[in-house]
Amino acid sequence: MEEAFKVIKTYLMIKMPKELDHHQAMRIKDTADKYIEGKDIEHVIFDFEDTEFMDSSGIGVIMGRYQKMNYLGGEVAAIHVNKRIRRIFQLSGLYKIVHIIEENVTEQEHREEFS
Amino acid sequence: MTNEIKVEFESLSVNEGLARSIAAVFVSYLNPTLEELADIKTAVSEAVTNSIIHGYGNRTGMIQMKCKMHNKTVMIEIIDYGCGIKDVKKAMEPLYTTRPDLERSGMGFAFMEAFMDEIQVQSKPGKGTTIWMKREIGVERKEEEPIAFAKGNK
Repeated sequence: MEEAFKVIKTYLMIKMPKELDHHQAMRIKDTADKYIEGKDIEHVIFDFEDTEFMDSSGIGVIMGRYQKMNYLGGEVAAIHVNKRIRRIFQLSGLYKIVHIIEENVTEQEHREEFS
Repeated sequence: MTNEIKVEFESLSVNEGLARSIAAVFVSYLNPTLEELADIKTAVSEAVTNSIIHGYGNRTGMIQMKCKMHNKTVMIEIIDYGCGIKDVKKAMEPLYTTRPDLERSGMGFAFMEAFMDEIQVQSKPGKGTTIWMKREIGVERKEEEPIAFAKGNK
């Protein structure tokens, strides 16, 4: 679980689990808050790359971190948001407060950029 | 085709995944789309989580899940013998939660309503709660309206 949290400068990257339900939510928020409170975190990024399932417990996790970061003057974003997660974001209104990082960069563009 | 199963498990959060997986396998006989499957799994997860957090709270009790199919219709019941809900109407209001301390979003019932065709809640304080949900497989559904704007609810 610990390796799911990575701090790069002022960014806290959280790799979300495969199934984000109440069971997993409880573990994530405690650890996330330890990082947020212990280091100078200005941005929290939730990475949904591995996530295949999310219910309303996941919304609680993101909302809670959003409120915390908002209070501290920071921001919350999400990356690798698949169709299903996007639908949950839409339905709950989360997309209004959480910036979704889009990956429009195609492999071709990526290669050109680094050539 | 008619089929029916009944499972019983302890109100432990680790069983949330178990319950929705069993429901998904049961429904998969009807060749649902991935979206239909995800909808049903989410609704089951919400109902079971409610029983664990609100029904039983700090104690452990048994939760029963009944899944039935009749032709293309799936019916799922989640039954607990926990504290029950005093005001069902209030509990079903989006964003209403009795446990903001646990960061509950108050969207559980709203998700069940959004992802299923029909939901009925029967509850008796001190006796327990039964949630009955129905979903027709293979039917085109219109996109759900957003439940609420998360912003400004606190």
